[in-house]
Amino acid sequence: MIKEKLKLAKKEEVAANVYKFTLEGSHIPPRCSPGRFLHVQAGDGRAMLLRRPISISAADDQTCVIIFRASGAGTEAIASVRVGDTIDVFGPLGSGFPLLDDGTALLVGGGVGVPPLHFLAEELVKNGIRVKSVIGFRSAEDVFLADELRQYGEVEVTTEDGTYGTKGYVTDAALMNSEFDTFYACGPKAMLHPLQENIEAPGYVSLEERMGCGIGACFACVCDKKDGGYVKICSDGPVFEKGVVQL
Amino acid sequence: MSRLKTKLPGLDMKNPVMPASGCFAFGAEFADLYDLSVLGAAAVKAATPEPRRGNPVPRVAETDSGMLNAIGLQNPGAKAIREEHLGHCGKAGIPVLANIAGTSIDDYCEAAAVMAAAQEVGALELNISCPNVKEGGIQFGNDPQLAAEVTRAVCEVSAKPVYVKLSPNTGDIAAIATSVEKAGASGLSMINTLIGMRLDTETGRPVLANKTGGLSGPAVKPVAIRMIYEVSQRTDLPIIGMGGISSVEDIIDFLSAGASAVAVGTANFQNPFICPELIGELDEWLEKRQISHVSELTGRSWKSCSVPLS
Ligand SMILES: Cc1cc2nc3c(=O)[nH]c(=O)nc-3n(C[C@H](O)[C@H](O)[C@H](O)COP(=O)(O)OP(=O)(O)OC[C@H]3O[C@@H](n4cnc5c(N)ncnc54)[C@H](O)[C@@H]3O)c2cc1C
Ligand SMILES: Cc1cc2nc3c(=O)[nH]c(=O)nc-3n(C[C@H](O)[C@H](O)[C@H](O)COP(=O)(O)O)c2cc1C
Ligand code: FES
Repeated sequence: MIKEKLKLAKKEEVAANVYKFTLEGSHIPPRCSPGRFLHVQAGDGRAMLLRRPISISAADDQTCVIIFRASGAGTEAIASVRVGDTIDVFGPLGSGFPLLDDGTALLVGGGVGVPPLHFLAEELVKNGIRVKSVIGFRSAEDVFLADELRQYGEVEVTTEDGTYGTKGYVTDAALMNSEFDTFYACGPKAMLHPLQENIEAPGYVSLEERMGCGIGACFACVCDKKDGGYVKICSDGPVFEKGVVQL
Repeated sequence: MSRLKTKLPGLDMKNPVMPASGCFAFGAEFADLYDLSVLGAAAVKAATPEPRRGNPVPRVAETDSGMLNAIGLQNPGAKAIREEHLGHCGKAGIPVLANIAGTSIDDYCEAAAVMAAAQEVGALELNISCPNVKEGGIQFGNDPQLAAEVTRAVCEVSAKPVYVKLSPNTGDIAAIATSVEKAGASGLSMINTLIGMRLDTETGRPVLANKTGGLSGPAVKPVAIRMIYEVSQRTDLPIIGMGGISSVEDIIDFLSAGASAVAVGTANFQNPFICPELIGELDEWLEKRQISHVSELTGRSWKSCSVPLS
């Protein structure tokens, strides 16, 4: 884990209000892996004290990519950073998706739950896994990463209003699939719940929660386990094996 | 760094800086980031006699230069804390200030007895000010009589010095302070969080599941400074000051107001390395001004013969 100022090397708006940032630094956080996240400072950290958790969407030794929606004051401040300026990040935090080394995988993501699946698809395909992605958005203008994911396998896109791909919810489309060995899902609890309850195959879910520290010290981000205990999403997760957490 | 050495009841510290209770858990996570032995002490997360689950999520909400939390004193219980969680501070050789919470005097005494018996614990910090649990806690912080009663009872069962953590959610904080002083407290910690609420503007509903939460961060610093300024003139107890500290200048202000040591809470979330950084900066600040010992700053705001700084 490091706290570092990374240079914003490239900035693209990949959908309405959704930004793809390529960050560069001599200290790209080591051990970036799919499912882990960066805790990103918004502005100078004085007015907005809390860092924003953002998934790592791609990484190598020199660069690291995050894709995020500018939806509130903090992500808007991050989105306003100019190319060449730096962003204060802490991470990588959390534990990522365990990678299969054979078989087929179904990847399911909704909205800003899609970015970590891009990194995951890349790593799974490296392992020789066949990947299918089902990703959902509100509307056509919100769709991103669909083309990038197509490099790694079949992609089905759903939109709630039917302006792109299949009309409907990503969960319904995902549940139509049965030809896979493991599923991986990232999104809000309401999206993960039907997947966890209805998919027979083993799988992993990645959760979102409001965070303070991001390292397991403040107990802001707890989630009940099905067996009666609890987990901290930031440090025990955000990825959990299917059936472990109460959604 | 001998100019930073600070000795308070039960707390023999290399420097007067410690992480604040609830913002550092028991140190394990921070031990992965830096060597805990650089800290003056560590105020660890509140212990209750039995394990507590805490409140539903969302438990935190950001506010302008501050944050609200309603964790609800989630902890594994005093016995588990003593047996399983104090190792990191113990290994680092820093004294633990063990935060104690409860809903009745018996609760406080039970947790206090368990924690005071831990070798790592230098002193207890009696949390009579948590705004986030339904019954108990805060009412003790609001009533000089009750505050004295719980302090007296805990001092009786504790072989270690007892610091009382005062609530800012009260009319006359100096009355509470003098009352716990008479009841046997060895020191004060102040301030805990201020009760607040944030609404979701779109829905009109409170953001926190608990509806209200405790406000911390730079937004509360002026309140803390005023209270320490007032209380430090009314008691002889040493004060551990906290509330929005995130820079060395903040530390100086707390000491000037009347604190003898300081705790850093919320700022650890923004910068997990803040405590070691501030300790280094504090030493430089004093050196630059040729102040031979940090204690010279305590109470400068009101002491009549305070040394003016050149
Ligand atoms: C592990 C994890 C990975 C994430 N990855 C991504 C990603 O790759 N891309 C992306 O666009 N978003 C991602 N999110 C969601 C992202 O963190 C929030 O959208 C962001 O924090 C909102 O901040 P804001 O300043 O826009 O909103 P504000 O409303 O100004 O935020 C106020 C506070 O609430 C918190 N908050 C608000 N919404 C969320 C949320 N959905 N989840 C967690 N905290 C929230 C903020 O962090 C901040 O502390 C992720 C969340 C988690 C927990
Ligand atoms: C997430 C969180 C949890 C806290 N938990 C406790 C606690 O268990 N016991 C306690 O006495 N104070 C607790 N506090 C209060 C802090 O110790 C401190 O008094 C307060 O936050 C003011 O300091 P700060 O502005 O530096 O955070 C907590 C504060 C925060 C932000
Ligand atoms: S955010 Fe602090 S414990 Fe998870």
